[in-house]
Amino acid sequence: MEKIISVIQVVPIEHYIVLSLILFCIGIMGVLFRKNAIVILMSVELMLNSINLLLAAFSAYHADPSGQIFVFFIMVVAAAEVAVGLSILVTMKRNNDSVDIDLLNRLKG
Amino acid sequence: MLLAPIKGNKRMSLIFYILATLAVVSALGVVFARNPINSVLLLISTFLTIAGQYILLNAQFLAVVHIIVYMGAIMVLFVFVIMLLNLNKDKEPYKKLLSKVAAVISSGILLLVLLASVAKVSLATPAATLSPNMGLVKNIGLVLFRDYLFPFETASILFLGAMVGAVVLGKREPKKA
Repeated sequence: MEKIISVIQVVPIEHYIVLSLILFCIGIMGVLFRKNAIVILMSVELMLNSINLLLAAFSAYHADPSGQIFVFFIMVVAAAEVAVGLSILVTMKRNNDSVDIDLLNRLKG
Repeated sequence: MLLAPIKGNKRMSLIFYILATLAVVSALGVVFARNPINSVLLLISTFLTIAGQYILLNAQFLAVVHIIVYMGAIMVLFVFVIMLLNLNKDKEPYKKLLSKVAAVISSGILLLVLLASVAKVSLATPAATLSPNMGLVKNIGLVLFRDYLFPFETASILFLGAMVGAVVLGKREPKKA
């Protein structure tokens, strides 16, 4: 049987860092670019996922399973965040009949 | 970086680069798609490529949980909300071209700054040899319930709070007479 090799020994860790940085910046661009609140929530998910990927890569790099536990907790927080965010979105649509994020500007002092 | 010649490593790195390209392309599609439902579908494909990356990294438990949580729960929630709110291309809010250009430029500059700071860092080759079953449920469960038991229990309280919050927010307010 062929010995199982990990991709971390083949692909340098810098490439993982670059990939997750690109995904993170695309997420930031989505938050700034769109006015649709649901796409903004999706971009936040994209940012969380890029960080998850980086944590998993460093977990394999250091051969330490703690990084994977952190990824697990970030997934938990992302699920809770999406549930609350989407219910806020539904309330917003019901009150304003729009998902335009710029309508929510009454909180500024 | 010095790498020991291991059989099959070319194939593995090829899979990594294919998945990375797909992830970046579909992430760009999420941002630029006009219709929110197309954004959701492209986001699903981004998540699938990230699940593939987890499998490549020998994090099998994470890959399965990622697919269950994101594709099974979060994406279904997104699709349902888009369906309930009846969002489509015509209801897309109008945004000025200038602010769109500003968004692209500012995120591009942030990427440049981050890449420049990463280029300064020099990381050694992975010192520890990886055990192939590190990411299996048995090992992850041992670490989770031995070292991270308290955060795990706190996460359940967080979930309870999120559940109550979502129900309270989603409930229609009683009409005041």
